[in-house]
Amino acid sequence: MVLISLGYGCKGGAATAALASDAAKRVYVAPGEKDEVYAFLSGGFSGQMSVYGIPSTRLFKIIPVFSVFPENGYGYDEETKNMLRTTHGYVPWDDSHHIEASMTDGKQDGRWLFLNANNTPRLARIDLRSFETKEIIEIPNSAGNHASPFATENTEYLMAATRFSVPIPQASVPIENFSKGDFKGTVTMVKVDPKSGRLSLELQILVPGFDYDLSHCGKGKSHDWCFFTSYNSEQAYKMIEVGASKNDKDYILAFNWVRAKQCLDQGKASNFGGEYYRNYLPENQPAISEKLSGVKMLQPKDCPGVMYYMPTPKSPHGTDVDPTGEYIVGGGKLATVIPVHSFSKLMDVKDKPEHRSGMIMDIPILKYESTLAGEVKKPCLGPLHTEFDGKGYAYTSCFVSSEVVKWELGTWEVEQHLPAYYSVGHLSIVGGSSKDPYGKYLIALNKITKDRYLPVGMELPQSAQLYDISGGKAELLSDFPTVGEPHYSQMIPAKLLMDKAAKIYPLEENKHPYAIKNEKDARVVREGNTVRVYMTQIRSHFKPDTIEVRSGDTVFFHVTNLEQDFDIPHGFAVGGAPEMPNLLIMPGQTRTFKWKAPKPGIYPFYCTDFCSALHQEMQQYIRVLP
Amino acid sequence: MKIIKNIIKFGKITPVLLGLIAFSFCGKEKPAEAESSVGSKGIGPITSVTLGALDEGMAQKGKQNFETKCSACHKFEEKVVGPALKGVTERRTPEWIMNMILNPMEMTQKDPIAQELLAEHLTQMTFQNVQESEAREILEYLRKMDKK
Repeated sequence: MVLISLGYGCKGGAATAALASDAAKRVYVAPGEKDEVYAFLSGGFSGQMSVYGIPSTRLFKIIPVFSVFPENGYGYDEETKNMLRTTHGYVPWDDSHHIEASMTDGKQDGRWLFLNANNTPRLARIDLRSFETKEIIEIPNSAGNHASPFATENTEYLMAATRFSVPIPQASVPIENFSKGDFKGTVTMVKVDPKSGRLSLELQILVPGFDYDLSHCGKGKSHDWCFFTSYNSEQAYKMIEVGASKNDKDYILAFNWVRAKQCLDQGKASNFGGEYYRNYLPENQPAISEKLSGVKMLQPKDCPGVMYYMPTPKSPHGTDVDPTGEYIVGGGKLATVIPVHSFSKLMDVKDKPEHRSGMIMDIPILKYESTLAGEVKKPCLGPLHTEFDGKGYAYTSCFVSSEVVKWELGTWEVEQHLPAYYSVGHLSIVGGSSKDPYGKYLIALNKITKDRYLPVGMELPQSAQLYDISGGKAELLSDFPTVGEPHYSQMIPAKLLMDKAAKIYPLEENKHPYAIKNEKDARVVREGNTVRVYMTQIRSHFKPDTIEVRSGDTVFFHVTNLEQDFDIPHGFAVGGAPEMPNLLIMPGQTRTFKWKAPKPGIYPFYCTDFCSALHQEMQQYIRVLP
Repeated sequence: MKIIKNIIKFGKITPVLLGLIAFSFCGKEKPAEAESSVGSKGIGPITSVTLGALDEGMAQKGKQNFETKCSACHKFEEKVVGPALKGVTERRTPEWIMNMILNPMEMTQKDPIAQELLAEHLTQMTFQNVQESEAREILEYLRKMDKK
């Protein structure tokens, strides 16, 4: 508690914790009952996404996205390992920050989620029928895909901007050239096919060498625009925590993506290098991995009106657009105010010279006051990110003072300080970044949990906190530890997803080249030193069940689960296999376990997912001959 | 009936546990008498089936589905995972057979014959996502096999 009062003390902040007396009742979901909301949390440095029920805060699932997952073999088996291919080779880990939900007319439509990979720039699409990662596209000419993947109102595009500016194209130049303009950033427009969700790179725009941090796209009247925060407008390259904090204001970049597309169509973008992978997992087939080359690159000078800089105090993180599309809220993490820009004012002044204070790379810099709608004065310490409840209120997270501040749009008056434990990053309200928030629950995604839970060694779990924001005053209901570091979240009403969840892969639709749909077809086929085992599983046996191979053979177990019943996956594991972990094979699915037959002997294999009373009997042997 | 519905949703329940649960509410709900179950139609969507002369076309379609979705556990002459099927159309009513295909979970919980079969074979019969028309075709195939 000393820590709180010293380190996190703030007027009305953490020290005034009060839990509603009936909080337990409000988060209790009785056995057999279901939660009201799905919360999808990014896993930060775990590279995964986790699924929780709200209000119970029960963990339902971890969806592997950018990191391998031995629990079910994602990233290891012949079907999914190509999902993690990049121009740097096989990269089985990443740092995933922001989840975006697909939208139609600015409202969540429950089709897909998108997630960024910051470290090796990538962007993923997760299908919300199967809760599986279906596509990963690499972003070329980028270093640190942080301001990503933020969607336009109809998910026409996902935006991806680079956190670390670097020479583009890559070159080994003196690092001090950063401040001489040799380093650049890019903004990438990733097109989303409206039917299939397939991703493709449509256009990149070369931008000044700052650090691009976050983004949000407009809605309604601001439909054509997306907004990106940037820090380090100083272009410091040494001791950045000091060097990048000198300017009183950095920028929010206002980007007219419709105009950019127009310039592309008019031939104003030029061919540019950049290799990248696009990995796609068709239903029940091995991932298709394509190496692609070249992008269309647009220079802002060749497309007037495409970009404007709005000065924003100070090292802004969040840039959040309210449900009406009018207000763009900055989160100046070193600022003493929460600045709010007006979209209408931006439209009024953007092309009037008297409202400009300069140009960077032919991008006009507008005067701060010219686009300002208002400022929330002294809200807290370290305002970061804002979500909206759809009832005229905004909630801003404050990292340094560990609190959530509720304030009113228009009056810019603070209504309430809510303590957070501790160091809150992002917030999430159900549909809070859409046109149509369902303003009942808010979660705060915290970076630190000191003294909140039983200690478990040096590293404590990161956590999230659940608040009820349906009444006049927001109330803390509960907190819960999370998987990895929860960076950002999308919460979606359960009714939008639960009835669409896939139960099985229909066998008749299984187009896997090595699938067999009938136990009669189970067999072992030798092709030189390669052995293909066409195998089936059903409660509670394998076919074929005894197998002979030779030492040194490469053995592919192509395992099809013949079950057509909800929630009957089978597992497959071979004793001592050094390169492959467990496989979980869903009903009607085919997956492949690759195994180099070791020295002669008898090796057991078995089902790892408890499937029936005779599960323990679901085991057999491979004999390895000399 | 709500309890039963929840159990069905449970999915991956083991047959042993299932047996216990089935037993526990056998005490509360009056079970069908074993003797009267001989001509039973079972429990499920099928209440009445009219059999005509053997339809070769249907039997052929039924054979294909049987081989994909049933043959991993059922042979005709011998017990493997599930019981041998020779003579099944003489032992059971057509409705019972189709209900067992379409509704195996509830059948093994509530139908006395199916309960006995589960106790004997100890593996919950799987629902194989068979549509009603396909179950009828499989029945036709079973009839054909019994006429051989």
